[in-house]
Amino acid sequence: MLKDITIGQHFPGNSPIHRLDPRIKLIVTVAYVVFLFLSTNAVGLALCIAAIPALYGIAKIPVKLLKKSLKPILPIILFTVVLNLFFITGDGAPLLQIWKIKIYMEGIMFCIVMVIRIICLISGTSLLTYTTSPIELTDGLERLMAPLNVVKFPVHEMAMMMTIALRFIPTLVEETDKIISAQKSRGAMLDSGSFTDRVKALVPILIPLFISAFRRADELATAMECRCYHGGKGRTRLKQLKITSNDIMCSVVCIVCFAVIFATRFFFTPLI
Amino acid sequence: MAILKIENLSYTYNEGLPGATKALDNVNLEIEEGTFVGVIGHTGCGKSTLISHLNGLTKPQQGAIYLDGKNIWTEYDNIRDVRFNVGLVFQYPEYQLFEETIYKDIAFGPKNMGLSDEEVDKRVKMAAKFVGIPEYALEGSPFDLSGGQKRRVAIAGIIAMQPRVLVLDEPCAGLDPEGRELILSQVKNYHQTTGGTVILVSHSMEDIANYADKVLVMENGTVYNYANTEEIFQDAENLSKMGLGIPDITKVFLKLKEMGLDIDTDVYTIPYAVKTLLKYKEKNGGGHNA
Repeated sequence: MLKDITIGQHFPGNSPIHRLDPRIKLIVTVAYVVFLFLSTNAVGLALCIAAIPALYGIAKIPVKLLKKSLKPILPIILFTVVLNLFFITGDGAPLLQIWKIKIYMEGIMFCIVMVIRIICLISGTSLLTYTTSPIELTDGLERLMAPLNVVKFPVHEMAMMMTIALRFIPTLVEETDKIISAQKSRGAMLDSGSFTDRVKALVPILIPLFISAFRRADELATAMECRCYHGGKGRTRLKQLKITSNDIMCSVVCIVCFAVIFATRFFFTPLI
Repeated sequence: MAILKIENLSYTYNEGLPGATKALDNVNLEIEEGTFVGVIGHTGCGKSTLISHLNGLTKPQQGAIYLDGKNIWTEYDNIRDVRFNVGLVFQYPEYQLFEETIYKDIAFGPKNMGLSDEEVDKRVKMAAKFVGIPEYALEGSPFDLSGGQKRRVAIAGIIAMQPRVLVLDEPCAGLDPEGRELILSQVKNYHQTTGGTVILVSHSMEDIANYADKVLVMENGTVYNYANTEEIFQDAENLSKMGLGIPDITKVFLKLKEMGLDIDTDVYTIPYAVKTLLKYKEKNGGGHNA
């Protein structure tokens, strides 16, 4: 059940995308999201959609995984669709009218575009975490945010917090699974009973989970101190990030793609 | 009739994804009521996956589990009934304690069974006695206890449900020899007093040899051997080759045989070793000149 959560997971590999510099991957992902919302015409959106299977193909990430990561956001998609469908009003006559609810052509178009955007958004950002290990990811982020050090923003500490948080997601998920199994073995009612019963059934899970999270945090802090960790000042890196020819090539390809997507704005009529 | 029957059970983790691993491969097994079964095998051989099937925490992908001849997924109204009959103690069970007092924590299982307050009280006291927690300590917080004591409280929480099959997954992991001995002897005592079925998963051949009537050896998700303890140790050489640590006393006998003594090597406990040596002495006319 909980094991199905794939968001934030890393799948090691050796594809060109895996080897790409994390800084470039981060920037490209952010740019992709921006352009996804900038493209309002059919061709631009089609290009954005086409990028997903192409990139997943290059990274050799199975499509099954993508399906799994999209499953949990299905309710969000449905919610957006329903909301937009009923509340967006158009200029012409409504296509359909049931009691006070009117559905317009514009509403339907907007829904389709929204669904495409949400799916592409999740797939695109998932690809980033699938192909980048948490350490690379935070390393890249730390480097990108380095200029903020000037205004005394604790960049390294933030990055370290993120690394630790990402690192412990799978551990805590596994722990939760174990505790749930243990309490189920003692007859806890987790999947049956009234609403209050179920809320009460959470107590035997949350208490051990919190206790173990605090215990882990404490142990980790001790372990870090034992290795003389004292914040970011004067820390050097084991792996230096270096821009290679592969990175430059990918950047050029991405810039061209983004330029094309942007250019479609001037040649095609927007859908919404 | 066998109390638990496992039929053609197979289970694969991450089916259809990269890194799919077959944890169980066509396992068939029958466990007789009242036996003390030891389960041994390497890390990742499927022991834990197998036992999580026994009380319906994992649904079989293929095959079925029968409790009293009835399929636990199709012939019981509620899977909870199965869980009350097959009590499962997890690895490091001390991390599942959550109540304010030890008493309340042990009572969690029996209360879920819908028993009357008097019955719950009786069972909590009985379970506490089995694991050696004095009655005056029951009102204390479980979080003030030491690791070994916490674990015994957690085991009491399962025993209080009076399951007909008690399954323990590595109950001694991370304990000192004294703690191991204590927990195992309490489990043995429980087995002898109640006559219930006990399934003990362990890495230590020594523990299994000392306590189990029957041993299940698992390898790569399959049953390598399931037989009485003596029979299992007749195969000591192969077990040793598989990398399963065999009891020290068995190692001594294997070495003796290697040195040219015609002696049985199915020895796994000290008293049995003494008996075998005496028999050998008798057979060979005794004395050092044999």
